[in-house]
Amino acid sequence: MANTRSQVPKKRGDVVFSGLVTASGIAILVTLSAVATFLVVESLPALNPSAEIGNAPEGFWAYVAPLVFGTLLAAVLALIFATPLAIGIGLFISHYAPRRIASSLGYVIDLLAAIPSVVYGLWGIQVLAPAVQPIYQWLNENLGWIPLFVGPVSGTGRTILTVSFVLAIMILPIMSALAREIFLQTPKLNEEAALALGATRWEMIKLSVLPFARSGLLSSAMLGLGRAVGETMAVAMVLSPAAVITFALITPTNPSTIASTIALDFPEAAGLNVNALIAAGLVLFVITMAVNIAARGIITRHARKVAF
Amino acid sequence: MARTSIRLNRWFLPLLALASFGISSIAVTIPAATTSAPFNFVGASALGAVIYAILSFLITLIAQGPRVAKDRMMTTLVLVAFAIAVVPLISLISTVVTLGLARFDGDFFSSSMRNVVGQGGGALHAIIGTIEITSLAAIISIPIGLLTAIYLVEYGRGRLARAVTALVDVMTGIPSIVAGLFAFAVFALFFGPGIRMGFAGAVALSVLMIPVVVRSSEEMLRIVPSELREASYALGVPKWLTVLKVVLPTAVAGLVTGIMISIARVIGETAPLLIVAGFTQSMNYNPFNERMMTLPVFVYFSYSSQGTDTQAYIDRAWAGALTLIVIVMVLNLGARLISRIARPHTSR
Repeated sequence: MANTRSQVPKKRGDVVFSGLVTASGIAILVTLSAVATFLVVESLPALNPSAEIGNAPEGFWAYVAPLVFGTLLAAVLALIFATPLAIGIGLFISHYAPRRIASSLGYVIDLLAAIPSVVYGLWGIQVLAPAVQPIYQWLNENLGWIPLFVGPVSGTGRTILTVSFVLAIMILPIMSALAREIFLQTPKLNEEAALALGATRWEMIKLSVLPFARSGLLSSAMLGLGRAVGETMAVAMVLSPAAVITFALITPTNPSTIASTIALDFPEAAGLNVNALIAAGLVLFVITMAVNIAARGIITRHARKVAF
Repeated sequence: MARTSIRLNRWFLPLLALASFGISSIAVTIPAATTSAPFNFVGASALGAVIYAILSFLITLIAQGPRVAKDRMMTTLVLVAFAIAVVPLISLISTVVTLGLARFDGDFFSSSMRNVVGQGGGALHAIIGTIEITSLAAIISIPIGLLTAIYLVEYGRGRLARAVTALVDVMTGIPSIVAGLFAFAVFALFFGPGIRMGFAGAVALSVLMIPVVVRSSEEMLRIVPSELREASYALGVPKWLTVLKVVLPTAVAGLVTGIMISIARVIGETAPLLIVAGFTQSMNYNPFNERMMTLPVFVYFSYSSQGTDTQAYIDRAWAGALTLIVIVMVLNLGARLISRIARPHTSR
């Protein structure tokens, strides 16, 4: 008797607890589908082709096209700056720095990730932009024949190139942390075999570490791209925006990004403009999701390759 | 093919580095002396690194051959990459500290911006708002995140668990501004357009915080040895009590660390709060009614809408940035401390 009585509350406890944890797992499903549904519902009015939005009367797609271009331009530039640095930092911490201080150095880089983006924005506009402006001047005077550096040069330094510098610094921690993890996973035997054959340290890295890490580095770059695409405040504060599509990097008229446009325009928006901004947010959501899924796909393919 | 390889003295490279930085600082100082500009530290370092890279490459090439020279070149490049990453960190921290200290005073932490134009005023309303909104977000996110992690580690099998894992990945990638738009869309549906309230900000932050809590807790629960669970089952303890009394206490330090880091992650979020919590100059203790200022938005707002006395607004922005960095650093270092103190316990 006593045995069955003590069994009942146990079972009930198990049922309640497993129900509770399953429910919270389902809550994630519900939240994410709610995000998608609400964004779609609220952006539908703006997708009407006859809708007039802000200063772009040709409809929503004409409004969002320069923003998508600016978002991708800034993010890709940031990726171009950050990738070699991230690989260098990853190698430094995994293969060059003395063992004892390597993890502390990694922590210093991780601190960069902890700094709020609004502080990056403040620093970018007050310190970085004035500091790089003379460099832009020089670039324009000496390399002005390259379409990237055509004038007129921005007098404040608040250009899309400065923005991509700030973005590069912001995505560096995640990219270098991933690169470090991947480099540390290189089979020790491969490294030692290369060294035993008389390879220098760099030849060892070129022969055994980098080939092993290639797909991991690709996916870390994708994750960095995903971060850079969604970054808001640093861009909103540093950039002096305009609705243009141009590859000129150092002029005062720069293509704006989706996220920063939403942040700048939303507080004063009303009516259909709110819907247009939400629709732009939906476009941003789709872009980041595509980038992230591509990154995960590379990781899983890579994991499978290592497993077999 | 026999190449006479000369071994360089082990002091040679450090001395060469010292010499190149010496040359570069002289080279930078000479033109600056005529214009009385301040010493360009970054320029001198960059020039020094270039001189060192070229000299060390050439000297090793002559002394030890192309392979060693290339190896040395790459070592220099890797070091330079690390240095380049550290420069902005140092510049950022030193700027925030030096400029932030100007208004980092009692007034800043004890008054709001109500009826303040120009000098004076403070960020008390923003600090209260940040504390309330972040606490609400934590109250929502920590239970959901923790329970989901328990589900994934202890209960999750089959299609639902795979779906949840994949969706947590997707959620990790949601840009913060999209989370803000989502919260706005939800609340606008119930309260009409133009809705601004602190609680909506907390919902937006939760969307960002839950995946971080799930990820870190999942990792911590997975490293709890399964021997502990099996020993508990063998004693006849039901599964839910095993989780509550054995698994969670074993992983508690790691869980707390993860939660603190997730709080540090969202406490600096600006964009979603700018959209749904709005901004105000006055105190507002009620997160369910009206606009609510937060510290990151205070920093942004102080900078973006400067009044007549520009410097006062910029000073307040930097002081706000300093406060934010101090909070984030305390949370991060605290998390690291907890995980270090508790490490022997979990590794046993």
